[in-house]
Amino acid sequence: MTGPAETPEAAESEEREPSRWGRFLAGKLGGAAVSLVLVAILGFFLFRVLPGDPARAMTQGAPVSGEQLAELRSRLGLDQPLWKQFVDYMVGLVGGDLGTSYTYSRPVTELIGERLGPTVLLVGTATGLAVLLGLWMGTRAAWRHGSAFDKSATSVALTLWSVPTFWLGLILLMVFGVGAGPIPGLFPVGGMTSSSPPDGLLPQILDVAHHLVLPSLTMVAVIYAQYLMVMRSSLLEEMGAEYLTTARAKGLREDLVRRRHAVPNALLPTVTLIFLHLGLVAAGAITVETVFSWPGLGLLLFEALRVPDLPVVQGVFLVMSASVIVMNLLADLVYRFLDPRVRES
Amino acid sequence: MGAVLVALLVPGLAFAASPVSQQQNGDAPPPVEGATMRVGLQQQIDSLNPFLGYTLASTDIFRSIYPTLTTYAADDFSVEPELAESWESSPDRLTWTFRIRDGATWSDGEPITAQDAAFTYNLMMTDSAASSANGTFVENFESVEAPDDGTLVIRTKTPQSTMLAIDAPIVPEHVWSGVDDIANFTNDEMPVVSGGPFTLTEYEPEQYVTLEANEQYWRGPPKIDELQFVQFKNSDAAVQALRKGEIDVVQKLTPAQFDALADEENIEQVRGQGRRFYEIILNPGATNSENQPIGSGHPALTDVRVRQAIDHAIDREAIVERVLGGYGEQGGGYLPPIFADYHWSPPPEQRRGFDIGEANRILDEAGYQRGEGGIRRTPQGEPLNFDFVLHGDESSDTQVGEFVKQWLRDIGIAVELQPVSDSQLGDRTTAGDFDMVISGWSANPDPDYVLKLQTCGARPSPDGGGLPDTFLCDRQYDELYDRQLAEFDPAARQDLVKQAQQRFYEQATGLVLYYQNSLEAYRSDRFSGFTTQPADNGVVTAQQGFWGYYGAVPTEAAATTGSGQGYGTVAMALGGAVVVLGAVGGVVLLRRRATADTRE
Repeated sequence: MTGPAETPEAAESEEREPSRWGRFLAGKLGGAAVSLVLVAILGFFLFRVLPGDPARAMTQGAPVSGEQLAELRSRLGLDQPLWKQFVDYMVGLVGGDLGTSYTYSRPVTELIGERLGPTVLLVGTATGLAVLLGLWMGTRAAWRHGSAFDKSATSVALTLWSVPTFWLGLILLMVFGVGAGPIPGLFPVGGMTSSSPPDGLLPQILDVAHHLVLPSLTMVAVIYAQYLMVMRSSLLEEMGAEYLTTARAKGLREDLVRRRHAVPNALLPTVTLIFLHLGLVAAGAITVETVFSWPGLGLLLFEALRVPDLPVVQGVFLVMSASVIVMNLLADLVYRFLDPRVRES
Repeated sequence: MGAVLVALLVPGLAFAASPVSQQQNGDAPPPVEGATMRVGLQQQIDSLNPFLGYTLASTDIFRSIYPTLTTYAADDFSVEPELAESWESSPDRLTWTFRIRDGATWSDGEPITAQDAAFTYNLMMTDSAASSANGTFVENFESVEAPDDGTLVIRTKTPQSTMLAIDAPIVPEHVWSGVDDIANFTNDEMPVVSGGPFTLTEYEPEQYVTLEANEQYWRGPPKIDELQFVQFKNSDAAVQALRKGEIDVVQKLTPAQFDALADEENIEQVRGQGRRFYEIILNPGATNSENQPIGSGHPALTDVRVRQAIDHAIDREAIVERVLGGYGEQGGGYLPPIFADYHWSPPPEQRRGFDIGEANRILDEAGYQRGEGGIRRTPQGEPLNFDFVLHGDESSDTQVGEFVKQWLRDIGIAVELQPVSDSQLGDRTTAGDFDMVISGWSANPDPDYVLKLQTCGARPSPDGGGLPDTFLCDRQYDELYDRQLAEFDPAARQDLVKQAQQRFYEQATGLVLYYQNSLEAYRSDRFSGFTTQPADNGVVTAQQGFWGYYGAVPTEAAATTGSGQGYGTVAMALGGAVVVLGAVGGVVLLRRRATADTRE
């Protein structure tokens, strides 16, 4: 993360304000664009060093002859010199074409489009819940730090954070999916929809929601601790601040002091963290997607890496990098917007 | 956290008393007539285009929807008429005439004729993309013609005995003749026009595939109405889904998972013989098709005595017990025992049993004296230390590696285990860049393909093409291979195939350790029986045919209850609870906000 751009002007006036914002924006956007181009170039060469012959991996175990393998390689363009492959890739990229997947024989953009929705749904829901839970608990814990609530909330959160996601997912799957003892199996064991989805929009939405419960719960359990800890520590830093004493001296109730004075300031580092996390949306879900057979992007990348299905790997890498870059940009902008100190610097 | 959990559970507790098998038909979809069978799938479907799909999952679907000329009988893998009802070959064995059955139709009502078969094979012969998955079947074809709707004539370049094992799906000409670019044709226009016992009607990538029974199928419709393949990304989840009744059949179970299902009521286990063999390749001095040495094999392994000694040092019984939990058979001959006609097992006088003393004696006699640290050396003084390349993500490989390492230490050979990724292992095998490496293949009822892997012709070309296995290049073996391919008398061919396996065993370039069982399970409360292939110790899924799904008999319960999971009510309650929670939370927050504003 880079800090906000320095502006050399010392003199500040109202009408100069938009241009400063403009310049700041332009600088940030330019930086993001350059990063994206670099990522695209890097991605191409980076994955070319992956060991493995895609043609052989694809046909693993199938009766194919050497000639067929050679034909397959030429169809995939693997027999072209590297510079030629690179030029083709870049030309396609400019036209919004990420190429065709080796394994699925379908356009990569289509594959990514199909999988992006489920991943965003899963990670979005989980992050949203984790943020709410983490911020609320973190605030409570800091405000009464040292209390029984503080101790238990932090230790539970840290425990869940350090539990392997895969294991926790499987336990939840067995307890709430299959049922254990008195607990009935309430939720589906895998997938995003029933294999015979109900008719009608509302039942279908509920069907997906029903499938979403366990995977998102697993993710929330694992990630909410980070928000809790960041919120807790940044609020603790604010708590000794003099403006809080002033607020109390004005006669404000304790919870108002907390909510209207301390929390907004403490939120700043947390907001950055949330945005950075959203950037890692696709990457973060691989394990949960695997446990619950969730048809998302993480899984697509994982399977593509094994082949290696280069167009898919490059495409997903680009999408993931782009989301990190964009979220970084947003974090910078929001931070500047939220924090007058940064805005005035 | 706790609060959230409780909120989620409370609506559900009302259903705690109802057992899984009872359906809540409150808001569930109305029950369909007939039964749906749901099979857990743990492999990706790479393409619905039968010319491009390689994976077993795809192949299983193609077998269920597209006709082939002949198929393999459920009982014993013998040749069974499918689209062709009879056939004959010319005296010179170069011309084959197939009579195509009358009255078979595509799912859109068009008749299936010899023209469709001719179109399909010609497409595979002329279009490189169309030859991707099944091109080997037509490699030796000279021409394919359909003089009339009921006759297909295939001429081959040289006599080949495998003409009744052409496993390539036949597609409808009136659909596919309009396809310009096979390589990019996804074939996902539903319903897919097909002619097998099932018709593909729905495909949700990475989620499920739905096939419906083909009422017009010439053998008669299947006993189930719908066949679904449901994707699972990890096998534990698939097993749990079976226990819960979300799916009816699981395949590819590990021994531990299989054992865990033993006491479950309503679940029937199927332990079938597998089609795979698992071998260790000992690099015999790899060469390419130009006879130039390639790779990095240890010179000592070019000595057949060393390879045979290593075989004596491997305790197959221990490996089957410890690695497979007993679910497999000890390896011997090259072809798995499931193919009883072709399987060869070394007779007692030839079998190399587990005998460390014998192994040491052979090596002593051959002049490999022990040196520093008890490690043997070649007569030229080079120590016998071998790289053993394994699949890094296969626990069986890791276990086998550790066992073999210990046993070989007992005979004065040092082994370094090198776990690598699948694709690296493939690359290193092809390049001959190993001393020892794990390999394994799924054999077909016709043994030709796996036998071919051990011929000189299978060695890679100088540019790295080709698909070698053990780099055996032995004139005697090749001669036996060629003779069996040209032998049309079944008994004589079986004999030649067994002789070839015997030669392969003597050369000890590939040590077959075991044939793994195929472990499956199904819900016996929903299905009372499946057609297994072969009849004894056979499998239910991923057959060489469609018999398992075609012959599955649903129980009364499966036919009368819909496949809806009966979650409707629970889902509604859940959804409701979440909405209510959200609303209440929102209101509370807003109110607190509002009062706070006035107070300040």
